[in-house]
Amino acid sequence: MASLSHKDLLGIEQLSVEDIQLILDTAEALREVAARPVKKVPTLRGKTVVNLFFEPSTRTRSSFELAEKRLSADILNFSASTSSVTKGETLLDTAHNLEAMSPDIIVIRHQSAGAPHLLGRECRASIVNAGDGMHEHPTQALLDGLTVRTIKGRLDGLKVAIIGDVAHSRVVRSDTILFSRMGADVWVCGPPTLLPWEFEKLGARTTPHMEEAMDGADVIMMLRVQHERQNEAFFPSAREYASLYGLTRERMRSAKKGAIVMHPGPINRGVEIESEVADADYSVILNQVSNGVAARMAVLYLLSGNSGLEP
Amino acid sequence: MQLILRQGRVIDPSQKLNNVMDVGIDDGKIAALAPKVAGKGRKEIDVRGLVILPGFIDMHVHLREPGREDAETIESGCAAAVAGGFTGVACMPNTQPVNDSEAVTAFILSRAREAGKAAVYPVGAITKGLEGKTLAEIGEMRRAGIVAVSDDGHPVCNSQVMRRAMEYSRIFDIPVIDHCEDRDLAAGGVMNEGGWATRLGLRGMNPAAEEVQVERDAVLARQTGARVHIAHLSTRHALETVVRAKKAGVALTCEVTPHHLLLTDAAVAESSYDTNTKMNPPLRLQEDVDALARGLASGAIDVIATDHAPHSVRDKMLEFDHAPFGIVGLETAVSLVCDRFVRPGVLTLERLAELFSANPSRILNLGRGTLAVGSVADVTVLDLERKMDVKPGEFASRSRNTPFAGWKLTGGPALTVVRGKVVWSL
Repeated sequence: MASLSHKDLLGIEQLSVEDIQLILDTAEALREVAARPVKKVPTLRGKTVVNLFFEPSTRTRSSFELAEKRLSADILNFSASTSSVTKGETLLDTAHNLEAMSPDIIVIRHQSAGAPHLLGRECRASIVNAGDGMHEHPTQALLDGLTVRTIKGRLDGLKVAIIGDVAHSRVVRSDTILFSRMGADVWVCGPPTLLPWEFEKLGARTTPHMEEAMDGADVIMMLRVQHERQNEAFFPSAREYASLYGLTRERMRSAKKGAIVMHPGPINRGVEIESEVADADYSVILNQVSNGVAARMAVLYLLSGNSGLEP
Repeated sequence: MQLILRQGRVIDPSQKLNNVMDVGIDDGKIAALAPKVAGKGRKEIDVRGLVILPGFIDMHVHLREPGREDAETIESGCAAAVAGGFTGVACMPNTQPVNDSEAVTAFILSRAREAGKAAVYPVGAITKGLEGKTLAEIGEMRRAGIVAVSDDGHPVCNSQVMRRAMEYSRIFDIPVIDHCEDRDLAAGGVMNEGGWATRLGLRGMNPAAEEVQVERDAVLARQTGARVHIAHLSTRHALETVVRAKKAGVALTCEVTPHHLLLTDAAVAESSYDTNTKMNPPLRLQEDVDALARGLASGAIDVIATDHAPHSVRDKMLEFDHAPFGIVGLETAVSLVCDRFVRPGVLTLERLAELFSANPSRILNLGRGTLAVGSVADVTVLDLERKMDVKPGEFASRSRNTPFAGWKLTGGPALTVVRGKVVWSL
């Protein structure tokens, strides 16, 4: 049986097509744990997982925690607000202190791109990137891949449109690499002020026109737009943004029949997505949440030295 | 005679020399220069097979003293300079306190005298506290010994203030050195804006931030008639601006660093966010590197300077976003240039002498950069066959922040003479 040949999961960038398939297959197999009356398997019994969160996060953190609990791991939660980071301790100091407690896996969320890489170089434990700055959020892309594959039966040949604040999104980077690597036709769309230079190098086509991105799309993924960006001159107002890049029922008509709508959350109703669209039956936002636990279980399982399960 | 260097190849463009000769030194000055100097020196060194050049000057270093002696002191910085083949360094004013007064200038010079190795040429601040608002007492500092003014890493954004600084500098005939960066365009950036920044999720510094300021300085230099020197120029378009201004007769000069000549922004990715690839200006694109290399050979670029920026491990080993900009350069620059440009034939030894010695001396008006009889005996001797592994642990500098660790280089300094005294030898 195949296994993951990496010590750390720092980004989708490092994963081969086979790696991605292995993780998705494993996640699919582990998903049935959630359907059992006793939602727990003993796979990580006796292993210690540290959740090291330097950025507030409710969703990702609870998702990881649930995944760890379902795998029977011992969990240590460590967040920036309760840590010594505020007392001038550096990330490396923190890492070395944690390392002294012999964890097997460290899940890290950090505001700065590359922070997990620094940890990966310094720690024996496996590092899982739970989001680093504007760089990557690999488990989000894996759960997105799992969600689309489950519904559409495949990833290759699909047109995936990702729309919104591309510049500040780590999700779009991980998703673009994953979907394009798996053979999808990825379109990334947003105002040019929020489209970073040479985004095409990640494997997407880019356009400032939403119609072009939406035309015939199988999957529409909306990215969160923060109101504060209007103060940094990226766009004039949330109102104008919504009129140019908001996903409405009207705009959904140009997508392919049977297209699904995704969002990494938390959503801004009425800004990047109309409420009715977020709640429509083609919206799979809640499927993403449940798949998140399975995808993270798969990653933890495979990084702790296990081979893939039979799907 | 106090010292005779025997039978080295003397390269001195100021005298059009490229011959195997003896160099006799007495009383801290060049006393004799001939195929064979008669008599016996109190000290004689056989430098057969080596190259004798006018002393190298690094016109852009940070010595960190006063203020950050944990990262570098004037003494350790001077030790690093002479070990890297430099007989003199010009130190930037961003110390704590800032060198914006006669007292700080005097302090730096007195510490340098105590260290007794490389010559130290202080650069004074353009504005008080490097705040970009009001002019520092440039005349007082000049009397105390500054050779130029610069706000370096805190560039003067207000163009009216810059214009005044240029006008005022003409009283003393000293250059205004500018780190060109439009701080709004570069705001928040930690590496070059482009494909790699996009992929790495790091905030980019638009190359236009440098280019618009170089353009501004060219306009103001033309108008004021001041001597303006562009620090660590890093883009192809900025170099085009300098070339154009020079052709029009503007007194504009520029320097480049070895790292901008040898590395691109891909190094940030290849090193997986190693903060030793974080500097300002940031590492740019291959097309920029290629343009700088061409400018080095053609004469468009006047000077190679290191922007030696020591940082302690504690300060530098942080998240890429939070680590300070800059790398050390004094102990790698000459070897890097020998290995990558001189040995492959891109640069002649004459060009090397201009870039490292004659031009910085001329720009800063130091009266060095020559081995003519009667001149101060600052001499750099190179061994073009010397093998060197870059080992930061062995640096004389207090800091180790270099992206060149582990590089294997051929060619480098062998002997450094300052005011007639051998201050370092291999």
